[in-house]
Amino acid sequence: MALLQISEPGQAPDPHQRRIAVGIDLGTTHSLVAAVRHGVAECLPDDQGRVILPSAVRYLEGGGRQIGHDALASQGDDPENTVVSAKRFMGRMLADVAGHQRLPYDFVDQPGMVGMRTRDGVKTAVEVSAEILATLRFRAEDTFDDDVYGAVITVPAYFDDAQRQATKDAAQLAGLNVLRLINEPTAAAIAYGLDEGVEGLYAVYDLGGGTFDISLLRLARGVFEVVATGGDSALGGDDYDQRFASALLQRAGLKTLEELTPRERRRVQTAARHAKEALSGIAEATVTFEVDGVVHDLDVDRVEFEAATSELTATTLRLLKRVLRDAKVSAEDVQGVVMVGGSTRMPVVRDAMATLFGKPPLTNLNPDEVVALGAAIQANALAGNATSGDLLLLDVTPLSLGLETMGGLVERVIERNSTIPTAKAQDFTTFKDGQTAMAVHVVQGERELVSECRSLARFELRGIPPMVAGAARIRVTFQVDADGLLSVGAKELGSGVEAAIVVKPSYGLSDEQVAGMLKEGFASAESDMVARSLREAQVDAERMILATEAALAADGDLLDAAERAAIDELVARVRATARDASPAEGPRAIEAAVEALAEGTEGFAAARMNRGIRDALAGRNVNEI
Amino acid sequence: MEDGLSLAATDFELFGLPERFAIDMASLDAKWKQLQGAAHPDRFATETAAAQRVAMQWAIRINEAYRRLKDPLARAAYLCALHGADIEAESNTAMPAAFLMQQMAWRDALSDAASLDAVDALSDEVVASRNVTLKSLQAQIDDAASVDWRTVAGTVRGLMFVDKFMSDIDKRVDALS
Repeated sequence: MALLQISEPGQAPDPHQRRIAVGIDLGTTHSLVAAVRHGVAECLPDDQGRVILPSAVRYLEGGGRQIGHDALASQGDDPENTVVSAKRFMGRMLADVAGHQRLPYDFVDQPGMVGMRTRDGVKTAVEVSAEILATLRFRAEDTFDDDVYGAVITVPAYFDDAQRQATKDAAQLAGLNVLRLINEPTAAAIAYGLDEGVEGLYAVYDLGGGTFDISLLRLARGVFEVVATGGDSALGGDDYDQRFASALLQRAGLKTLEELTPRERRRVQTAARHAKEALSGIAEATVTFEVDGVVHDLDVDRVEFEAATSELTATTLRLLKRVLRDAKVSAEDVQGVVMVGGSTRMPVVRDAMATLFGKPPLTNLNPDEVVALGAAIQANALAGNATSGDLLLLDVTPLSLGLETMGGLVERVIERNSTIPTAKAQDFTTFKDGQTAMAVHVVQGERELVSECRSLARFELRGIPPMVAGAARIRVTFQVDADGLLSVGAKELGSGVEAAIVVKPSYGLSDEQVAGMLKEGFASAESDMVARSLREAQVDAERMILATEAALAADGDLLDAAERAAIDELVARVRATARDASPAEGPRAIEAAVEALAEGTEGFAAARMNRGIRDALAGRNVNEI
Repeated sequence: MEDGLSLAATDFELFGLPERFAIDMASLDAKWKQLQGAAHPDRFATETAAAQRVAMQWAIRINEAYRRLKDPLARAAYLCALHGADIEAESNTAMPAAFLMQQMAWRDALSDAASLDAVDALSDEVVASRNVTLKSLQAQIDDAASVDWRTVAGTVRGLMFVDKFMSDIDKRVDALS
């Protein structure tokens, strides 16, 4: 007798139909990859059991690279070719990077984004981040012995459009299918299941190695709003090590930290860090370090550590209170506090939160991993693996988007905290008689003056028929997609003559630059680019075939026989092209067949959506929401 | 293929709500979540490019309708437009004399207000007046045997002035505190 099959809870019945979807925390100092396995999100370790990958890439002679721990270990010997903290340069020009004079890099201020001259050529933060993302992708593929279907990548809540676009470009370079970009504090809240919990205000206190971010989220009607953000991009656990090391040198009656040789300084700071970490668990510890050839052993306790670093903790509290003030809320209004970042292991930080908010902070998840875990949960849901949790996350635009008008003023088109995706059109007119062109300048920010907002894109609308001033009607349309990325279009309606242009924000890399990077090849110089792009086109074709077949299985009854036959034919063509394609011609032929399938199923997609909307209105899927 | 709702449906049709001014916020929120549950691009992350494009168009349309229905003024202005009486917020600034007198009196009171208490008192007065006007708007639209949409549009324009004034009050509060 055949036995009935029972699948594991939270898993799709057929393991082969489960899609490998990962969450990636692309951090300033370190990065992680996580996935949902057996219904639980967990971070994936490398072959040495380490889950943390330092966000460091060293470019070697002959085109090779060291990534992560190895790169970090050799940073001291080869600083100008070892890029760390690349996240600070994402979507930025040199002038935007505070303190760049103190960094060891040979910066190149080029259009689009600042670059760093290495022995392997000029690299932008996008390429450096792509190396890190690719390393994490390979780790996941080794873990599951399967291709990664897609990834959710986290970005800070305050990241603007150029920084988000840069992150997506890096993922594209790394060969990752981005399911969604989500905000880091939102990911942390998902990891704690707050999206299923009580509506209200939540604070996310994120103290990492080198950065401090504070975000206030409001969960209402299933939407995570970013109410306010704040922090200090140059305050983190490293500063605690430095302050503690200085205090210890002073107690031992030695030179100051600045007077030591770089080598001694590193050793003292490392010793201080180990003691700091020990003191998070126990009340007393011993610090050992060597200065001027003499070994010093000092007994230290938590009280001494906290006294030496109290100013830093006080600074984070001051920044946190400022965020509460900005949001016009008090500490009692906050429902819960989520702790993110390794530095929140320090009891002094946890105690400060408990005192301020009158309740203990959420700490039961590993603070280094919590963002990646939340991203993995979201990735799993987006890939369609989650059977019960029909989690729908509705995010908002973190900053207002607008246009420059006469006098350098900003006309807001999309207000901050609009639920995405969203689109809005605004009409403008000409300033002078006979004006035939109009400069469109797109900006992001909350200030009223263009000079105080971030410039995202500039383009010109030409071919406006000459008319008296104020007669032309120019409609500018802003569209923000579910990743928070903006596209802008403009057209002249007044006379019936239309001119339209759609731009991708110019601040950041152009499509051509990204294509150039792809061609140059990254990560492994030995990898065959031709084979790789064929493989990627095939994977993409397979994805589209599966998606179409699933849609046909669910809603095929919407089609008549002729419509069905047409789609079946298009699917068969994609399959045949993907199978028979030659490495040289293949990728383009496959892309063309996939595009034909997309076009040929547009009407079917619209009909399916119609059915979904009607079912939703009839309340038939209320339970799924 | 079957017929159904299109992107060109009115906000009310899209949300399956009667075309009136009074609206039940709880059911509006619930419908919004139901509709996004069916249409949001996250639901189509594994689907074809065509399905993702359609999902984005619908999700944008649903958010637009929700934003408009949620806000009483935007909702009233939308009802006027549906009945051929555009608000013409930019071009039409003609207001009754009594209304203009009151606006001037309020503006004088705001520039004279030297303390937070004085601004708060003024704010309370404006909010109370706004609520009365909103009630009358509801009577004009939902309870009248035949609606005079031109008059309704005039009332909505007046309320837009009031809202502009409220944001000036907020700025003053920020400056004083």
